[in-house]
Amino acid sequence: MSDINIKVEHLTRVEGHGNIIMNASNGQIEKVQWQISEAPRFFESFVRGRAWHEMAHITCRICGICSIGHTEASLKATEAAMGIELSEQTKILRRLIKAAENLQSHVLHVGYLVAPDLLGVDSVFPLIATHPEAVKKIISLHRLANEMSNLLAGRTIHPNCMIPGGFTSVPSDKEMRALKQKLVDAIPTFLDVAEIVLANAGALPNFTRETEFIALTADDEYALYDGDIGSTDGGRWPVEKYLEITNEFVVPQSTAKYTKHARDSYMVGALARFNLNYDKLSPLAKEWAAKFGLSPVCHNPFMNSVAQLVECFNDVETTLAWIDKLLATGMDQENICTKYEVKAGRGVGATDVPRGILFHDYTFDENGICTKANCIIPTNQNHNNIQHDFEALAPTLLDKPEKEIELTLEMLVRAYDPCISCSCHYLDVSWKR
Amino acid sequence: MSKPRVAFFDFASCEGCQLAIVNLEEAIIDVVGLIDIVSFREAMKEHSEDYDIAIIEGSITRPMDVERIKKIRAQAKILITIGACAHLGGVQRLANQWTPEENKAEVYHRHPGGTEHTTDANKFFNQPRQRAVDEVVKVDAAIPGCPINGTEFAKVLLALLQGKSLPIPDYPVCVECKKNENICVFELGKVCMGPVTRAGCDSACTNRGHECEGCRGLVSDPHMKAQTDVLEKYGLTADDILRRKTTFTYRYEEEAQAQKGGE
Repeated sequence: MSDINIKVEHLTRVEGHGNIIMNASNGQIEKVQWQISEAPRFFESFVRGRAWHEMAHITCRICGICSIGHTEASLKATEAAMGIELSEQTKILRRLIKAAENLQSHVLHVGYLVAPDLLGVDSVFPLIATHPEAVKKIISLHRLANEMSNLLAGRTIHPNCMIPGGFTSVPSDKEMRALKQKLVDAIPTFLDVAEIVLANAGALPNFTRETEFIALTADDEYALYDGDIGSTDGGRWPVEKYLEITNEFVVPQSTAKYTKHARDSYMVGALARFNLNYDKLSPLAKEWAAKFGLSPVCHNPFMNSVAQLVECFNDVETTLAWIDKLLATGMDQENICTKYEVKAGRGVGATDVPRGILFHDYTFDENGICTKANCIIPTNQNHNNIQHDFEALAPTLLDKPEKEIELTLEMLVRAYDPCISCSCHYLDVSWKR
Repeated sequence: MSKPRVAFFDFASCEGCQLAIVNLEEAIIDVVGLIDIVSFREAMKEHSEDYDIAIIEGSITRPMDVERIKKIRAQAKILITIGACAHLGGVQRLANQWTPEENKAEVYHRHPGGTEHTTDANKFFNQPRQRAVDEVVKVDAAIPGCPINGTEFAKVLLALLQGKSLPIPDYPVCVECKKNENICVFELGKVCMGPVTRAGCDSACTNRGHECEGCRGLVSDPHMKAQTDVLEKYGLTADDILRRKTTFTYRYEEEAQAQKGGE
């Protein structure tokens, strides 16, 4: 058996830049490693000294693609610290914005990044020539999701009208009605895209390694914006207990921290939410899960992309219901932000963003100046699980051609959707012989 | 004439600016028609080291990053930066208020493995300081903003390809904000960087009732070019606004401190 030496440098960001290393000799794996070489930015250090009202606008810059999720987790932490109550309208708008982010991110990941692997090409660009109708449909869905967050959050990337207690501006009834109509009109397009993915889903590797799945969970909804911490191994905790779940540690091969709970590693993201909260999904979402043969608890990480597609249907259906609820009373343009007193305290905020559960934890002094911060990001929680998947998957690939090993390892990382910015369609794999 | 070959690279950033380009959706196809994208890792696996134009997102931090940007500069005929991280050092430049060791202690050393693995001997953690790209290599054009305005990016790229002057305004955000007929956010009791911040964003934040955070950096001479009528109305001077320690202006503070030190 020939030697294998894989070195993938700058597998693009995974929360930044990551590398894949694999060396094998005489059929024995010598090393298989997932490295995170991203330049550290030290958010938790430099937010010290900043005011409460700046926190969300600074920490959203952690990630361009999940900036909405960071904004919401940040606002929830600040609101928890200062005991700020939200109006019903604000709570629904926050959920709508969360759904918009989930849609945008999932369409981008499944449509632009995973589909090329399923269709055997290197990027979406060749598909413009070979599958023009499909590409146009994916683009239209992505644009719709962006229009939705632009309308509700002010901006898709680094939202600008979300503040502690509510909003600086909210859409009109007319704008909400127009949004609803666009979503209704887009449902056939979602169905078409899902059919295309279904027709090519056979290209998803069949790999199973039992692990723990952690996500937000709630009694009355499929949790994205709010809930408790839940695990497929059993257990439910208030978000304030997050440190007991995440147990961060530092490893030499990564500037991102790793996490672990009861097992060696755990997974977060769409598959974790699906596995934990399947019964709360909307009817169309459940119907499509069945078509893909996806049922809880699924331990194949490659199915995360399918779970994302299933969530898209859930997002659309729940969004339509929420818009109806808002329109029943009409949008309140006056009371768009709760009045509150700035005070000292500590608060934890958690949301489940496209890539998984996210925690922000701030301490403020009596002037509302941040004195301590902690942010635990989904991709960081997945790194350790990716490493353990590598260790289980690599030995099963040794008799395959080099190109196939390379592609399978790439596809595994990509399945976790470590961030589009961060995603892995540039895996410059170099083979050393 | 063959089309110019364009490559995208990212350093310390959130990669939101590359996403802003992806978000141009169909409009990007017009731009793509004029160039050959040979590397854009957000979207494609194909990659080439042979390129004419390098587009850079992110701030430059460690020695390994300095080495990488120098190599890119040596290859590229034209180097364009996108976004506030490359232009000003990004929000993460605020970390320069502390030493690298202090930052590492705050972020990593509270965890198992944190102290032993994050020493400078580990190149991934070596001497992280945040700098703008033009503090390390020559930059031919800087597109400001956090994130960039995708339309402005397309216009600047087009102007560069046609050898025209760059369509990046040198007047304050107030000009665009007034044109958009917004209620001045000073009226809402907020402090806004709009009077001294370079326009070009179409006053994206004040359109939605949020104060300008100064993400596009200052106009070239804030004392001469500030929107003084707005400032006067609220009893402020350009210096009052410039003294505000905002999220995006730490570069100017560092430069002022360095100048003082040099005198």
